Amino acid sequence: MSEHIVPVKVYITIFLVLLAGTLLTVLAAFHDFTYHLGSRTFALNTPIALAIAVTKATFVVLYFMHVRYSTRLVWVIVTSALFWLVILFALTFADYWTRGWFSIGW
Amino acid sequence: MIESPAATEHIQAHPALQHHFENMEQQREAGTLGMWVFLVTEIMFFGGMFLAYTLYRSKFPADFASASNHLDITLGAVNTGVLILSSFTMATAVWSTQVGKRQTQILCLVLTLLLGLTFLGIKAVEYYDKYEDALVPGQLIPGRPFGPEVAQEGDHDRHKLHLLPGATVEHVQMFYWIYFAMTGMHALHMVIGAGLITFLIIFSVKGRYDPEYHSPVEVIGLYWHFVDIIWIFLFPLLYLLGRHFEH
Repeated sequence: MSEHIVPVKVYITIFLVLLAGTLLTVLAAFHDFTYHLGSRTFALNTPIALAIAVTKATFVVLYFMHVRYSTRLVWVIVTSALFWLVILFALTFADYWTRGWFSIGW
Repeated sequence: MIESPAATEHIQAHPALQHHFENMEQQREAGTLGMWVFLVTEIMFFGGMFLAYTLYRSKFPADFASASNHLDITLGAVNTGVLILSSFTMATAVWSTQVGKRQTQILCLVLTLLLGLTFLGIKAVEYYDKYEDALVPGQLIPGRPFGPEVAQEGDHDRHKLHLLPGATVEHVQMFYWIYFAMTGMHALHMVIGAGLITFLIIFSVKGRYDPEYHSPVEVIGLYWHFVDIIWIFLFPLLYLLGRHFEH
């Protein structure tokens, strides 16, 4: 048996991190993170919310889903999901943006 | 009769070992890999909906923010906590199976199931609230088409729709199509997950899983955590996008 058993202490830590992340994302949502730099506007609320969500998801994948201790093949499969997702978004938005369908920038 | 070494090995092998696998470890790794391949297809499935969300939100930012502000942030946040806790109890269920603590295993699985059902219950309360306020899009509910009451300046009734400058009721409806599609599909995954966990509980009580053989617990756990991850993204993207415009 070469299976890695993750101790419960690790799970408790991850659970607390996820709860803290949820609290943080709610608190951050009520604060206006829009900044003006010269003529440009940076609306940072959504990037901040997404950064917190990605961090939470990474903790779930690495520890709850044991990917950190899994074989290389599992790593390849997980990475491939992200790769296809990037293609889906990048190619679609390359199309929409170059047609000028959006009045706003991000 | 002289037994060949291979035959002896088979007699000693774990009863759950399928004949096409060399040993339990190979069988477990194959199962985990298979589940991950399935989850990749699930990520692409939800990815399409996240893409639709991103496109329409870019097109109608004020409308999406107004629509989102009508959602109940407290219920959404509580549900996030419930789901994270259920992921924790699921992870603990896998751990207790790995170390052979059967009582803890059954307890953790039952807790996971109850938390999953709590999530669905809270979701149902939210859906009913949207039904009451006529926010279910199109003609999905016969006799109750989409048609929320729009609040005037100074009206703080939370059952009315509060439109931000530039927002229209028609585009708010687009948000609610996406909201119901995404949370509905997520809830369907929760229902399937609850069914799978019920199956795990039955076989745990029968004592089928042990430190040598627990692939089903591990693999259904992966699925459950995946559903949790989808919600981790849905919560800020659906509930929190326009809160900073409110004051």
